[in-house]
Amino acid sequence: MLETIWFVLWGVLWAMYFVLDGFDLGMGTLMPFLARDEFEKRSIYNAGGPFWDGNEVWLIAAGGVTFAAFPLAYATMFSGLYTALMMLLFALIVRGVSYEFRNKVDSISWRSLWDACHTVGSFLPALLLGVAFANMFHGLPLDEQHVNQGGIVDLLNPYGLLGGVLFVVMFAMHGALWLAIRATGDLKTRAAATACKLWPAVLILVVAFLAYTYVHTQLFGNYMKNPHLFLILIAAVSGLVAARLYLGAGKLWKAWAGSAVFIAGVVMFGVVGLFPAILISSLNPAWSLTIHNSASSALTLKIMLGVTLVFIPLVIAYQIWAIKTFSGPIKSEADMEY
Amino acid sequence: MDVLMLSRLQFAAATMFHFLFVPLTLGISVMIACMETAYVRTGKPVYKRMAKFWGKLFLINFTLGVVTGITLEFQFGTNWSRYSAYVGDIFGSLLAIEATAAFFLESTFIGVWHFGWDKLSPKAHAASAWLVAGAGNLSAIWILIANGFMQNPLGYEIRNGRAELTDFVAVISNPWAWNQFVHVVSASFCVAAFFVAGISAWHLLRKQNVEFFTKSMKLALSIGLASTAIVAIQGHAHGNLVAKLQPVKLAAMEAHWETTRNAPMYLLQIPDEKGEKNLVQALPVPSLLSILAYNDPDAEVKGLKDYPAADRPPVGITFIAFRLMVGIGTLMPLLMLFGLLKRDTLASYPLYLKALIFAIPLPYLGMQAGWVVAEVGRQPWIVYGLMRTADAVSPITVAQAGGSLVAMLLLYTLLGAAGAFLMVTAARKGPQDA
Ligand code: HDD
Ligand code: HEM
Ligand code: HEM
Repeated sequence: MLETIWFVLWGVLWAMYFVLDGFDLGMGTLMPFLARDEFEKRSIYNAGGPFWDGNEVWLIAAGGVTFAAFPLAYATMFSGLYTALMMLLFALIVRGVSYEFRNKVDSISWRSLWDACHTVGSFLPALLLGVAFANMFHGLPLDEQHVNQGGIVDLLNPYGLLGGVLFVVMFAMHGALWLAIRATGDLKTRAAATACKLWPAVLILVVAFLAYTYVHTQLFGNYMKNPHLFLILIAAVSGLVAARLYLGAGKLWKAWAGSAVFIAGVVMFGVVGLFPAILISSLNPAWSLTIHNSASSALTLKIMLGVTLVFIPLVIAYQIWAIKTFSGPIKSEADMEY
Repeated sequence: MDVLMLSRLQFAAATMFHFLFVPLTLGISVMIACMETAYVRTGKPVYKRMAKFWGKLFLINFTLGVVTGITLEFQFGTNWSRYSAYVGDIFGSLLAIEATAAFFLESTFIGVWHFGWDKLSPKAHAASAWLVAGAGNLSAIWILIANGFMQNPLGYEIRNGRAELTDFVAVISNPWAWNQFVHVVSASFCVAAFFVAGISAWHLLRKQNVEFFTKSMKLALSIGLASTAIVAIQGHAHGNLVAKLQPVKLAAMEAHWETTRNAPMYLLQIPDEKGEKNLVQALPVPSLLSILAYNDPDAEVKGLKDYPAADRPPVGITFIAFRLMVGIGTLMPLLMLFGLLKRDTLASYPLYLKALIFAIPLPYLGMQAGWVVAEVGRQPWIVYGLMRTADAVSPITVAQAGGSLVAMLLLYTLLGAAGAFLMVTAARKGPQDA
């Protein structure tokens, strides 16, 4: 029971990360296509400015909780995906410093250097995380000792790449919606139009991904056994539809919330499909890591549950307050710190 | 080089680089919160300008601290997976608590603080400064409890082929961790105090913004004297604990080979690790080592030769790092004391002001040296007495470990250079109008 609760919490933390960092990663990826001048570029940095660090901590928390609740899964996941994870970390590092460094030196080449870092550092994490999660949905070639026999190249199979592209485009739409909320003038219009244009692409990608998942993985097994679970998928799709309808009606906050529900739904769909495995071995199901053979002791799980139930709601409360307080329109220099 | 050595180098590089930024964050965040409180209390704009100017430097430093911290969170999984699986039950939960209890608070409110100058009342803004400062220091508690477990494992039992938690209270009240906390946090205040004092001295020498930098200087000198005194005095208690719980580390710190009573401390000493002796050993202070370790001149201090060579840490590095730290720890309070005594006539001591500029790196060096003592001195154990570092490493390839090490060193060097350049530029520019 405790293990099951932790499995769900584990999924929820990853979903929170993708929903929240998804919008700054998406904006960073779109920056070269959306921003036409210096003011617009800075608008993009400042649209994510007050939040990127708080958003990124969800990744740290998701990693930390994997470590605390399923140490063997943490050990296997991050050593098994070594090269991909290092690339992810380096990308997030250059993205993080680009916020702080870019506007500190008055030189065009200095700024374009950090703009490039910002874009690559936003695009690459989205891609890598999508590739990694798709491969986890399918299973990794883990041997009996839980050592991953595949390398980085094996991750780049068609299913993995489709997952990567889905994440990139999904985050891009999410980021465009956020930018439409915060930017003003032309940039706002362009951001909203871009979200509109990306919407069909997201729809096609997610349908393709689900179909591929159906033929290529065991993920639908739990859903066939327990059809109630299809509610997750329905929620995800409703979120996507709602995003488009609200966008059409000019209700940007609601459109963004719809997109948030969609992202969370896609992630939870995959996670619930994995249950009770965390890391599937594609070589032999008996070598998979499940909540039973990788969980921490009951005492640790209980203590961590207490900690999580106290702090996570608190975090959500003050992050909502911060988002409400600092999401006004960016009209001029006075609204910018970066 | 093998995966073990590459992973050790990578871990050392990643943590030591992270720890270039951490101490300034811990110390200066509190100083800035004090400045903002003074602004709320007195309404004098100079305090707001102070918070903004030092805050700008703080933000550059903070960002580098954050991005280098993420690497560390995942290093245990990437490079030390066997360690993670073996002690994750205890160690993993401490990292997770650090993230949920401290990092969220710190990183959310740093955004609020940064963007909130016009959106929040001065009181609310000062409150966010205190939240950032408090959360940073709270994160230090949790990570040091985690490190304390590696130094002095408690509250566990070996079950199911791994260390499982049996007593959470024992883990979080580990005396080693709390000693480290007091030592590291007070040392962090030294870093911040010397940083503020050094930059203020640079401007005072040029007679720029004299009121502003005199106020900053006085704050730095008083915090500096208090914290340098605490570091040195509490460091002695810390040494007592090392003597009790990790006697072989203590012997390495002092390059002490033979077990003796009334052990002296040699002011000049050059250890010869291969020959298991000291090449040079001069200027003894009688019984000082016995006193330092056990507060008793007659106490017996065990020598390195009493331990099998396979259980000894590298002596040379541990010894030199310890000497360096203690040397710096002796010099720093003297520097601060002089400044505090002459605080109203500092302008007439230009040589002292110059010395303060060059003293900025001193506490940084002390910090790095201190961690080398603690971590290298703990070898060959990753968890003292429980797990050897050699058994902890991940089943990864030399190409993976080597590739990431080279990439990390390159990236960090460039980032460090860019960060230092930006800090120096901002520091020289001085305060802008608030
Ligand atoms: C004594 C204090 C201390 C020590 C020993 C460490 N850290 Fe640290 N860490 C901090 C004190 C700190 C801090 C002061 O709280 C930082 C520095 C700058 C900052 O933003 O927070 C931070 C940032 C920071 C972050 C980024 C948090 C964010 O995004 O806001 C992570 C993930 C870590 N650290 C993780 C680690 C790990 C895994 C360590 C052990 C190997 C470690 N730190 C050693
Ligand atoms: C931030 C300050 C720290 C610094 C500067 C530091 C420094 C070092 C150094 C120099 C080494 C290499 C020792 C060697 O291999 O000879 C090392 C190893 C290590 N340290 Fe620390 N350390 C710090 C904090 C921590 C903390 C807080 C933890 C745990 C929570 C930790 C865990 C480890 C581990 C797992 C290794 C690798 C295994 C080993 O080589 O011992 N360190 N550290
Ligand atoms: C005279 C003064 C000092 C004494 C007697 C002293 C003593 C000690 C001892 C015995 C340790 C080793 C603890 C272990 O193995 O875990 C240590 C570690 C350390 N020292 Fe010092 N120290 C002094 C000054 C300083 C100064 C000036 C700094 C930095 C500004 C500093 C920073 C550190 C750090 C960062 C560590 C590693 C963390 C820890 O173990 O607490 N120390 N110190």
